[in-house]
Amino acid sequence: MATQHSRSAARLMIAPAVTLLLGWMLIPLSMTLFFSFKKYLPMRGDSLENGLDWVGFENYARFVTSSSFWPAVQATLIIVGGVLVVTVILGVILALLLDQEMWGQGIVRILVIAPFFVMPTVSALLWKNMFMDPINGFFAHILKAVGLQPIAFLSQHSLGALVTIVSWQWLPFATLILLTATQSLDREQLEAAEMDGARWQSRFIYIMLPHLARAITVVILIQTIFLLGIFAEILVTTQGSFGTKTLTYLIFQRVLESQNVGLGSAGGVYAIILANIVAIFLMRIVGKNLDA
Amino acid sequence: MARAVTPRRKALNTVVAWVIGLIIFFPIMWIFILSFKTEGSAILPPLDVLRSSWTFENYGVVQDRSDYFKYFGNSVVLAFGSTLLGLIIAVPAAWAMAFVPSRRTKDILMWMLSTKMLPAVGVLYPIYLLFIKLGILDSRIGLTIVLMLINLPIIIWMLYTYFREIPGEILEAARMDGANLREEVLYVLTPMAIPGIASTVLLNVILAWNEAFWTLNLTAANAAPLTAFIASYSSPEGLFYAKLSAASVMAIAPILIMGWFSQKQLVRGLTFGAVK
Amino acid sequence: MKLKQTLLAASAMALVTASGALAQTITVATVNNGDMIRMQGYTDQFTEATGIGVEWVTLEENVLRQRVTTDISTKGGQFDIMTIGMYETPIWGANGWLVPLDDLSAEYDAADILPAMRGGLSHEGTLYAAPFYGESSMVMYRTDLMDKAGLEMPEAPSWEFIREAAAAMTDRDNDINGICLRGKAGWGEGGAFITVTGNSFGARWFDEDWNAQFDQPEWKEALTFFVDMMSESGPAGYSTNGFNENLSLFQQGKCGMWIDATVAASFVTNPNESSVADKVGFALAPNKDGIEKRSNWLWAWALAIPAGTQKEEAAKAFIEWATSKEYIELVAANEGWANVPPGTRTSLYENPEYQKVPFAKMTLDSINAADPTNPTVKPVPYVGVQFVAIPEFAGIATEVSQEFSAVYAGQQTVDEALAKAQALTTDAMEAAGY
Repeated sequence: MATQHSRSAARLMIAPAVTLLLGWMLIPLSMTLFFSFKKYLPMRGDSLENGLDWVGFENYARFVTSSSFWPAVQATLIIVGGVLVVTVILGVILALLLDQEMWGQGIVRILVIAPFFVMPTVSALLWKNMFMDPINGFFAHILKAVGLQPIAFLSQHSLGALVTIVSWQWLPFATLILLTATQSLDREQLEAAEMDGARWQSRFIYIMLPHLARAITVVILIQTIFLLGIFAEILVTTQGSFGTKTLTYLIFQRVLESQNVGLGSAGGVYAIILANIVAIFLMRIVGKNLDA
Repeated sequence: MARAVTPRRKALNTVVAWVIGLIIFFPIMWIFILSFKTEGSAILPPLDVLRSSWTFENYGVVQDRSDYFKYFGNSVVLAFGSTLLGLIIAVPAAWAMAFVPSRRTKDILMWMLSTKMLPAVGVLYPIYLLFIKLGILDSRIGLTIVLMLINLPIIIWMLYTYFREIPGEILEAARMDGANLREEVLYVLTPMAIPGIASTVLLNVILAWNEAFWTLNLTAANAAPLTAFIASYSSPEGLFYAKLSAASVMAIAPILIMGWFSQKQLVRGLTFGAVK
Repeated sequence: MKLKQTLLAASAMALVTASGALAQTITVATVNNGDMIRMQGYTDQFTEATGIGVEWVTLEENVLRQRVTTDISTKGGQFDIMTIGMYETPIWGANGWLVPLDDLSAEYDAADILPAMRGGLSHEGTLYAAPFYGESSMVMYRTDLMDKAGLEMPEAPSWEFIREAAAAMTDRDNDINGICLRGKAGWGEGGAFITVTGNSFGARWFDEDWNAQFDQPEWKEALTFFVDMMSESGPAGYSTNGFNENLSLFQQGKCGMWIDATVAASFVTNPNESSVADKVGFALAPNKDGIEKRSNWLWAWALAIPAGTQKEEAAKAFIEWATSKEYIELVAANEGWANVPPGTRTSLYENPEYQKVPFAKMTLDSINAADPTNPTVKPVPYVGVQFVAIPEFAGIATEVSQEFSAVYAGQQTVDEALAKAQALTTDAMEAAGY
């Protein structure tokens, strides 16, 4: 159907987008690669104009042998994984609940999606100060009111606290997608199953879950893309202490706090590799499931 | 919805859903309340906070200290500008991918999406140096381009899924009637694609509005949006809950209200057309 | 207010343009501390007098550091004035990144700047940043609780006394903690505090050959003492408490003692903010018995001009205004002497009006007691009291203080933290080529 003519027209139409993204990817990437093989300590007077010393793979070796590296990979995976698990499970429950008949469904839905509009900095600030603060925070007041010791969430349960904050931001997203998927469930099939005496659990496992699989995949794909890069939440709350230093945050420390651009760039290259591993892995699943 | 539900069941659903909805919304409501309290009463136990007197002074103080509308204006320009620019580039690309698919279309889409995974902190120095060379640091145009590039993959992906839902036969028919490519896009495709484009615009405005890394690091006095406005209210010396709450409300309210009014389109937008 | 400012700027601009000079607007990056916010309110007067407009970029401390450091090290030229501290100034000055402030006007009277501040903001004798306010640290204590405990605070207490007094004042049932100290990670937060505590126990960051010293007994003693004292008498969750959190605790009457920045004195004695305003006493920061170094630091927030700005003259004019004697008088006239930016000028401390302020003398004594060129008992190759003035320090000390904060939170032992601190400091120094 597509003629030669329309094919070349199509290529022309895709070209600007591809060129721009390629530039956006390649220019910084090649500069990052370049820096990663150099000694680049701006505070010591190193600069592009003066020329940078070649140090081979030293930055790469140093980045992985640092005692912070593996904990950072681990923290990244825990946070991303934790948020995915929480948002998908709660998202499914919420979606099934919101799908039921009730009064004021529209308003409830507005309430549920609201956190999605809150900028990450603000949401981190409000949780850290107004809620999780062990002195003046909402939770501390509640705990004291019932006679318990206030908890310093961000130090004693740092990863849990971060997962909570980020999940709060992303739960609306998961819920909305899953809700849309739930609404297209085949009611008759469900009713038939109910008539046949299938229990609630088996209806959920054999009919609802398979139907939701595609939506769950979309949630996981999109959220992972955004979650791998979370930064503001950590900068505002723990600044990487108490085991919350993710790979992204570690690179930030190397580049900006230690002012070692070479070392940070090597870290950046590792992060890109990790992101791509995750990406390929995800694409595989999604490719199968999405049938683009 | 076909099933009849007993009133008792419906009441139960309502109660449970409202409780959960209010819990999820509570943090936002709480800062809204705190923003109308004095600094001294904002740190009291919750019940005392509610009993304390109300005041508008925080909003006045915040406006006096930092000119809200300057930041707000920048946020609007950046969010809508980058989305519009993105559309101009993405619409033809998505159109071509949807109607003249090739074997590599899917790979290109996946690759585009994967560019979003590049860690921003890792490339801050290169981008900063590049911006200096181009002389576009702290300019709205520079930041608009960056935000556009960040969100471009999402825009293309979303538009692509919408366009694919448009039946190809209609285009064929138009072509038979002698419509050229421009007319085809303008008079046939565009009206059908409007809802999809609207959802795309909406989601990207939200993402651009809330982007906090590049908007903070590439701006100073001229192009700084609301994310920078907020950075001057977090943890100063002394009590700050009430002022921080007021500033937060001012920063999130525009997008929150816009989001609520258009939540139908948003739901569609969020699903990337992949879920029906 | 903004409108008024704009109008004023516009009319001033019209005047200046008429007389042939060029009206300019300078961009100032600053931290969101109370004194800077106050200064922003008075900027209209500067604009009125000079025709120079001022654009403010006010950011939270961490964001500000990240922002100005990127900008200066890449010569981004986004700012005409940057608010920086005693840590950055000598390093940036040495790199030639700052405009020397050696030609300030005679009326400005640069010789009036306190010698400690002047020294800390200079490199090889040249001033590179003008102090807006300066501070050391000292003990702030509740006189009523001290009386109740039957103790008397000496002018210059020892750590042993502080610990004993803290235990005596602690009354957990009534929500009173004997002592509140910084435990929050970050080189400028808990990192600064534990470094000066280390100084007063005879510890040091590096020996003369830049070898990390966390494997030495002095560090173990200092850290163990700190942790033990805080678990006896400190507030719950102190591992996330920084300046702000402790200020809030103290103002609410929940601390018996608080050792922190001297600038906090005006906040805790301000009856509008503090519930204990009339019950606060001051003393020098403690030392360990038998060690001459006290645990007080030296810091200033200062205004500097990045080299390469097109608006050097306008920027200098602003700095001369903001850090002048006249500015101090302006604030004093409008908000009272207790609220002027402290710790920068000799003349302020000679002013009889200011001497009536209860914390004036102790602030000056504390500032004078800090010696950045000779901060520790054993000799060190570095300058700086609560920091080490080398570019790598901020990164290293933030990571080290994160390890310490994990001890405060009960997640690892003192020995584990010190071993990690030693390893990561050694590693980072190696990376930097020492």
